[in-house]
Amino acid sequence: MPLSHIPIMPVDNPQVEVEKLDLYYGNAQALKSVSFGIPKANVTALIGPSGCGKSTFIRCINRMNDLIDTIRIEGVIKIDGENILNPTMDVIELRRRVGMVFQKWNPFPKTIYENVIYGLRIAGVKDRTMLDETVEKSLKRAALWEEVKDRLHQSAMGLSGGQMQRLCIARAIAVNPEIILMDEPCSALDPRSTARIEDLIRELRGDYTIIIVTHNMQQAARISDYTAYMYLGELIEYGPTKKIFTKPVKQETEDYITGRFG
Amino acid sequence: MMKAKFWRQGEPYVWATGMALALVLFLTITLLSVVIANGAAIFWPQPVALAELTDGSRVLGEISQQQKRPQSEEQRYQFKTGNREMYSLDFRWVDASAIKRLSHPARVTVLERLENGNFYGYLREIRAPQLNLPAATGDTALAQALTAIAPQQAEIEQLNDTIAELNYRLEQVQNKLAGLRHQRGADPARLEALAAEERTLKGRFDELATRLADQRSALNQHEAVFIDASGTEKVIALADIVRAYQPNTMGVWQKSGYYLTRLRELFTEDPRESNTEGGLFPAIFGTIMLVFLMSIVSFPIGVVAGVYLREYAKEGVLVKMVRIAVNNLAGIPSIVYGIFGLGFFVYGIGSSIDQLFFAERLPNPTFGTGGILWASLTLGLLTVPVVIVATEEALGAIPPGIREGSQALAATKFQTLTKLLLPMASPGILTGFILAMARAAGEVAPLMITGVVKLAPALPLDGHFPYLHLDRKFMHLGFHIYDIGFQSPNVEASKPMVYVTTLLLILIVLLMTSTAIYLRNKMRKHYAVVDV
Repeated sequence: MPLSHIPIMPVDNPQVEVEKLDLYYGNAQALKSVSFGIPKANVTALIGPSGCGKSTFIRCINRMNDLIDTIRIEGVIKIDGENILNPTMDVIELRRRVGMVFQKWNPFPKTIYENVIYGLRIAGVKDRTMLDETVEKSLKRAALWEEVKDRLHQSAMGLSGGQMQRLCIARAIAVNPEIILMDEPCSALDPRSTARIEDLIRELRGDYTIIIVTHNMQQAARISDYTAYMYLGELIEYGPTKKIFTKPVKQETEDYITGRFG
Repeated sequence: MMKAKFWRQGEPYVWATGMALALVLFLTITLLSVVIANGAAIFWPQPVALAELTDGSRVLGEISQQQKRPQSEEQRYQFKTGNREMYSLDFRWVDASAIKRLSHPARVTVLERLENGNFYGYLREIRAPQLNLPAATGDTALAQALTAIAPQQAEIEQLNDTIAELNYRLEQVQNKLAGLRHQRGADPARLEALAAEERTLKGRFDELATRLADQRSALNQHEAVFIDASGTEKVIALADIVRAYQPNTMGVWQKSGYYLTRLRELFTEDPRESNTEGGLFPAIFGTIMLVFLMSIVSFPIGVVAGVYLREYAKEGVLVKMVRIAVNNLAGIPSIVYGIFGLGFFVYGIGSSIDQLFFAERLPNPTFGTGGILWASLTLGLLTVPVVIVATEEALGAIPPGIREGSQALAATKFQTLTKLLLPMASPGILTGFILAMARAAGEVAPLMITGVVKLAPALPLDGHFPYLHLDRKFMHLGFHIYDIGFQSPNVEASKPMVYVTTLLLILIVLLMTSTAIYLRNKMRKHYAVVDV
């Protein structure tokens, strides 16, 4: 069945615009001419079977793929009109604007406090009151403050998995990014922790542009405003979540969503 | 059925692993107990026995061994008879059947002397009229006499120090003079002034040397007369006696006091009698300083090289080959490093330094001969592969998520390295460092050709500018063991010292490594990553 390429769906107020993005691991092509616009201050979910290139795609947005030597990227990703794939782009500056939360939580072996302000310390912030305020604000936003406020200066290694993941979200929020990338943030968590993180994502919506990769269809339906379905490196269908889940245009999308495939 | 299950569960292999561990433990414990058993009790005063033999002669000394005569059932005893200048041997075997009577006479005195080892005998009289000693007899008199000459000895000691200081200044002036003469067109007035200073110093030196000789001969007039087991008289200068004691009348407390005195001597004094007696201070100092300098060299280089290999170098054939080379470097015999050190550091770099900076002293080498700097550089080279491998492995064991997490928060690679990776890798790096240190402290072969000596005239660290004298030769406990154990003319007499030195070397290595282990455990606790 030929997978046809669809034109960029116009969205209102796009913050991230992807145009004809091709990505190669050595000779293998992982992303094939992906084009779409991601709206500002909304939650956009990327769904699709394993290996379809979702994670690879979001790692392009903060240029995390730079760490891998064998990757070659062609095409354009614009954030607020600026092409971030341009070699002259300041990657450090970009990553300040685009935060990321990983599938496997990765708090640093430091105190909870130091974990939250890591990005600020790296940026050279020394003002004590500002650091203290950021810690409180970020942990409150990440719905972790009540649980850890009495042990800020203890090691983050004593937290539970769900708490660690929320700490990683707090850490990302602390540098005040515009966009937050989430790469399957709940896939290793129990249902209760997952629910808390989903609440948190709903909370953050409106203030941050959130792009989330998920394997969980219900999760995408619950938390996202827009959904993109990817398959074998191609963007098959993209649109408002309600529409994708109720009246998908493509047969492949419907098959995947209804569980007949994937 | 049962048998199949037995093999399937791997029971024999579990036993084999347990047995291998037990064997290793057994060997280690045996080694340690031999060293401790022989080394720890050496300073404990042994009773002195008097054996009257069937032929009418008498043997006086400590019984140091007893064993069966080869090919017979007869017992024989080894006596440490001392009195080397009289009998030419310190030790003597006596058959049990030849002994008529064995006793422990109370009045026996043991003298530790500056020369010729121990003396065993009885005090007859003290000939020291100038000392105006109060009337006393026997051991009290001897103790009083030894106390009475102490001020005189202190004076001589001081005079010696003054002469050494003078000698040092004279050498400085002579070096300066040689340097000026080496330059063409040096200021003749300054040359003349230096020459005059040299003459003054020399004059003062001669004067002091005469005074020292006079004082020495005055001191040597104080004598004590002893008789040995066979009744021969022996006159010994009081100044020759380091210590006198009567082991057969000493109680436990006195013996403990004696033990502690000897222990203090071991840690603080210079060796005597071609290293078989006295202390080990210069060797202890040399060993610790060597390891310290080695660490300064090998630790930073090893860590930096390991970081480059793991974090920056692009994986490829070249990096693989470098890695193989590094691993193989750790397996090269240490004597090869020694030869390299001699050729490259001593003859290569050292000679160049001499030609550039110390030309006036040539042909006497300054850095162009073995010294503590070259020895520690050689050891540094020898241990650097261990540190590199440990650093690489410690960095490799850090979960990749940590690196990504840090860089996603806008940290550069360098910031990630200094703020997260190196602290997290520090326990592993320290483990490698501990291994490196233990290896360096125990190496002897490369030192023998890069600067260790059996007796160093001065420590590499002293009060004279520039305080740290890296060109100096040094003493080392490991070499000390080899030297007194195998190069000494009087093997039997130096045996106790070999055990003591071994024990000390093991203790020092233990001390240094446990400090590092303590540090490592602290860091490990601090930087542990929980992997859920």
